[in-house]
Amino acid sequence: MGHSLKRKEDARFIQGKGRYVDDVKLPGMLYMDIVRSPYAYAKIKNINIDEAMKVPGVVAVVTGRDLEKYNLHWMPTLMSDTQMVLPTDTVMYQAQEVAAVIATSKYAARDGREAVRVEYEPMKPVIDPYKSLDPDAPVLRTDKEGKKDNHIWNWKVGDKQKTDDVFAKAEVVVKEQMHIPRIHVASIETCGCVADYDKVNNHLTMYMTTQAPHAIRTVIALVAGHVGLTEEKIRVISPDIGGGFGGKVPVYPGYVIAIAVSFLVGKPVKWIEDRSENLQADSFARDYHITAEMAGTKDGKILATRFKVLADHGYTDASANPSKFPTGMFSIATGSYDYDATYMECDAVYTNKPPGGVAYRCSFRVTEAVHAIERITDRFALEIGKDPAELRLQNFIKKEDFPWKSPTGWIYDSGDYHKGLLKAMDTVDYHQLRAEQAEKRKRGELMGIGLSTFTEVVGAGPSKDFDILGIKMFDSAEIRVHPTGKAIARFGTKSQGQGHETTYAQIIAEELGIPAENIQIEEGDTDTAPYGLGTYASRSTPTAGAAAAVASRKLRDKARKIAAYLLEVSEDDLEWEPGKFFVKGAPEKSKTIQEIVFASYTNHPPGMEAGFEATHYYDPPNLTFPSGAYICVVDIDKETGAIHVRRFVAIDDCGNIINPMIVQGQVHGGLTQGIAPAMYEELIYDEAGNILNGTFMDYLVPTAVESPKWETGHTVTPSPHHPIGAKGVGESPTVGAPPAIANAIVDALSPYGITHLDIPITPFKVWKALKEKGAI
Amino acid sequence: MLKEITITVNGQQHTLEVEPRLLLVHMIREVLNLTGTHIGCDTSSCGACTILLDGKSIKSCTVLAVQANGKSITTIEGVAQDNQLSPLQEGFKENHGLHCGFCTPGMILRATELLAQNPNPTEDEIRWGIAGNLCRCTGYNNIVKAIQYAGAKIRGEELPSTEPEFV
Amino acid sequence: MIPQSFQYESPGSLAEAISMLQQYGEDAKILSGGHSLIPMMKLRFATPEYLIDINNIPGLSYIREENGVLKIGGLTREAELEHSDLLKQHFPIFADVTKLIADPQVRNMGTIGGNLAHGDAANDHPAVMMALHATVVATGPEGEREIPIDEFFYGFYMTALQHGDILTEIRIPMPPPGTGSAYHKMERKVGDYATAGVAVQITIGDNGVVTAAGIGLTNVNPVPLRAARSEQALIGKPLTEETINEAALYASEDCNPSSDLRGSEEYKRSIVATLVKRMIHQAVNRANNS
Repeated sequence: MGHSLKRKEDARFIQGKGRYVDDVKLPGMLYMDIVRSPYAYAKIKNINIDEAMKVPGVVAVVTGRDLEKYNLHWMPTLMSDTQMVLPTDTVMYQAQEVAAVIATSKYAARDGREAVRVEYEPMKPVIDPYKSLDPDAPVLRTDKEGKKDNHIWNWKVGDKQKTDDVFAKAEVVVKEQMHIPRIHVASIETCGCVADYDKVNNHLTMYMTTQAPHAIRTVIALVAGHVGLTEEKIRVISPDIGGGFGGKVPVYPGYVIAIAVSFLVGKPVKWIEDRSENLQADSFARDYHITAEMAGTKDGKILATRFKVLADHGYTDASANPSKFPTGMFSIATGSYDYDATYMECDAVYTNKPPGGVAYRCSFRVTEAVHAIERITDRFALEIGKDPAELRLQNFIKKEDFPWKSPTGWIYDSGDYHKGLLKAMDTVDYHQLRAEQAEKRKRGELMGIGLSTFTEVVGAGPSKDFDILGIKMFDSAEIRVHPTGKAIARFGTKSQGQGHETTYAQIIAEELGIPAENIQIEEGDTDTAPYGLGTYASRSTPTAGAAAAVASRKLRDKARKIAAYLLEVSEDDLEWEPGKFFVKGAPEKSKTIQEIVFASYTNHPPGMEAGFEATHYYDPPNLTFPSGAYICVVDIDKETGAIHVRRFVAIDDCGNIINPMIVQGQVHGGLTQGIAPAMYEELIYDEAGNILNGTFMDYLVPTAVESPKWETGHTVTPSPHHPIGAKGVGESPTVGAPPAIANAIVDALSPYGITHLDIPITPFKVWKALKEKGAI
Repeated sequence: MLKEITITVNGQQHTLEVEPRLLLVHMIREVLNLTGTHIGCDTSSCGACTILLDGKSIKSCTVLAVQANGKSITTIEGVAQDNQLSPLQEGFKENHGLHCGFCTPGMILRATELLAQNPNPTEDEIRWGIAGNLCRCTGYNNIVKAIQYAGAKIRGEELPSTEPEFV
Repeated sequence: MIPQSFQYESPGSLAEAISMLQQYGEDAKILSGGHSLIPMMKLRFATPEYLIDINNIPGLSYIREENGVLKIGGLTREAELEHSDLLKQHFPIFADVTKLIADPQVRNMGTIGGNLAHGDAANDHPAVMMALHATVVATGPEGEREIPIDEFFYGFYMTALQHGDILTEIRIPMPPPGTGSAYHKMERKVGDYATAGVAVQITIGDNGVVTAAGIGLTNVNPVPLRAARSEQALIGKPLTEETINEAALYASEDCNPSSDLRGSEEYKRSIVATLVKRMIHQAVNRANNS
């Protein structure tokens, strides 16, 4: 623990020996390419495949009508809505799958795709979510019997009456309308699969880019069980994954079509998306329109918040959330502050845009929540003329008040928010910066300092509240120690770059005293690994990491018994130090873990089960609540609006740290995925539903030039309920960084009466705002 | 109509008959089965397919295999010599310059040329030097560090600390 | 993303290439660096039947000075322009512009001839060539001919090159003493096409009077644009904040940008004005330090 062990997995990646899905090549493999809709909303009048079938190498073209024969043209979403696999009549968003071309080579499949002729009858789409609820808006989901509007659901939490009363009497009330725009995870590896159905054995092996292989196997069995593909006949293999960030949680139509085709032709079928397909059709993240309000006193005490959300879900509700949480963890939006009145409400609507609602490196809508609270807190500070750092220090939940029950019912496990912010202020030299800013303002120069002091909620989750499609959100570890004292451990999670092969080995090494380099970690094969819900929402360390610790402790208990037997003493007379048991007061009488394990195979106590294995399914008693204090300093070029992030200091608290190098690496990466939506990324649609930036030419993923040199540090407030006191960290920075950046930019512009700008805040937006205020 | 081409890949000469439209990256991945070279976009933006063509870093998704006729290619599989990691490979491992590993081969090959041209680049020169390679995981800090480490190694200087500055 | 099939030719001489272009007619395209053409072919926006690869023709890649004229071969890579000592000494604008074109790998393939012959007002070299008063040499069936840069760009993606022509050389007058040049573009992220870009070359006489000025604008007009009124506002006068402001204003008035994801028309005009001022100052600083 606490040691920056170099990663075990790196050797293969730096030598080109990683094995990703597109590297899988099987004998007789066919290639699939997908015809997609140019329209956001249209009737399909005809699909002519004649020319495509003449292309050399093309073996089949599959349409919705073909899948309909097997009742495979629809599939359920994770939120119990329904989604087309391939359409029979109508397309609902641009880039929707319309037909699949199967060929003997990638090139022939693409030629075939170009030769399929589809006749459409375009219809007027619903693009603006606010207009989707208009009485005259066309009802999009005509497939749902009795559906009379585009409203999906309404969700509310908090005490409306109490909150309204506080607002009515408050000295100060501030309000801002914010859009957290539709963005895309854009992992550098796109999505894809090789579906390999073996007709003889009635067995499917599915190599796919998935963050949750076990859950996917169950979903496939639910969708395809009726054609004989029951769960024991399905093996899902998630090999090396080139980044996930939530985008590889859902089941996309392409996977299902590939399975269907492989099932029908009895050959392996590979489908790998292009980047443009990935950006234009795969699950989006965010797209929350939020009205945020805060009530407080003139001297800065926060009294209440209200949040009203309109969620644009696209054509179907395919969000990746725990079943009981249609808005994910949005109700963490009360933030890091001590007050007791809040009310939140969300309406979800259908539009003619791609479905989704994945996390973009965040725990189920926490980013939206944190942006809302951190922006409105700054707005409040601006209103009353108080320093935003001072205001936060005034309102923080105190260290001694944990565990703390939030107004929406979360039990924050632990935290020391004052310590984190003071450390960040000290690192950045906050008061000096404010003095510099005051000088610059006199000269009309634009410099801004922005803060974000956020509380994350990760590690879903306790089985009483958390499930996906009914499956409880535990996770698992299985440890087998071989006779020579070396081990293999398998998990229900799946790393996409988080370094599980190293971190998990370190946890087991810490608990059992076997060197980490002698512990092999495996994930991602449903035939061998124990069942688990996968890796997303920063849940791997809080759940599977905990399972590793508990399974190790089960083995240590067994080891104690064996050691007592071997040393001929009572168990109570033994003491443990990493790697061995020794007799109290006689340290020379000891047995190493290797000796003990060997004995478990060669000389185990009578009546004891032989071998040295343990499995644990860890059901967390609570979520974990990592936190952070971020400070961003920007300089803005008044004439062009260009924004330079001069400094960014991030102090994270993720509890006890297993590997500081990996934790810091996660923070760096998350910060760049924080500046991305804050300043660069947004999926933009025109009124006809055409995506305007569906390639990497225009969807602006930051490079090393845009990404600042991050300054990182940490505080440690262990989780009281996690076996090793860890909290999870992969997503904190993505959650915490955008409001720090937005707050810094708005702070720079605030002398001109600018109180809010929606992210991504581009030079053009800054210039426009200054122009409108007459500042330039 | 197929074209015959002769290409040296990681020191080994290959004579192949290829379609003129075959992209170099597909020749490398699909014909020669060297899958360490990756594809991350359609628009020459991401750099995952970066290789060395006669020592110059190029994006193999935007070059035809026939254009490489008579030339020499280095892919990630050819970077380590005699089982000895290159300074950059070592730098990436020692400094946690990778997470998922998907962009790593392209980054390493791009940085190989960068350091060949300038073994002592400034941080700014490194950042601009890898501006054609997207990484979604690392936030680039440690990639910069990895390249600085490799530079020091190539220059024969004392290696910078690989401990994270995470206090 | 895979191109449609085509026939590939790799001529070993200019004459052979030109004769192939004539033989195959409009269905043939020239492959130079390929970094504009191949992406369009992958998207199947371009579907040539014949591809004439000119990369194996010797003698088309060079940067040299001859009799007071800088000559750049059409096949010269962006990376070679970026690192050329001759250019660094006399034309710092090349280091400015190449650094902002795409990225290092693309610059290892992309050529200056291709950048110009593509006729795209979003490309960066056209504005630079205007600022430097370049002449383009086209070699065709009738031999070589010189085309002044002001007569080179015709319309949207259209140039004075005729079918059968290959852009073989760019000629730029060597600048007299007291000359400086600079280029910058506002871009959304590194490697992006310009929101707006400005190239300036300016010569200051001994008496402090501007004796020559070239100003070209990137991506703010359907065709690459010379800011002629801005140049005239400077020439023959001492350089003052007033003349510089005038030049900036004229450039912002004379361009015709369109609103898009990069910003509104008004924003782009404003960027043009700002960059004209900044690039004049930058160029003058360099002139004074040269």
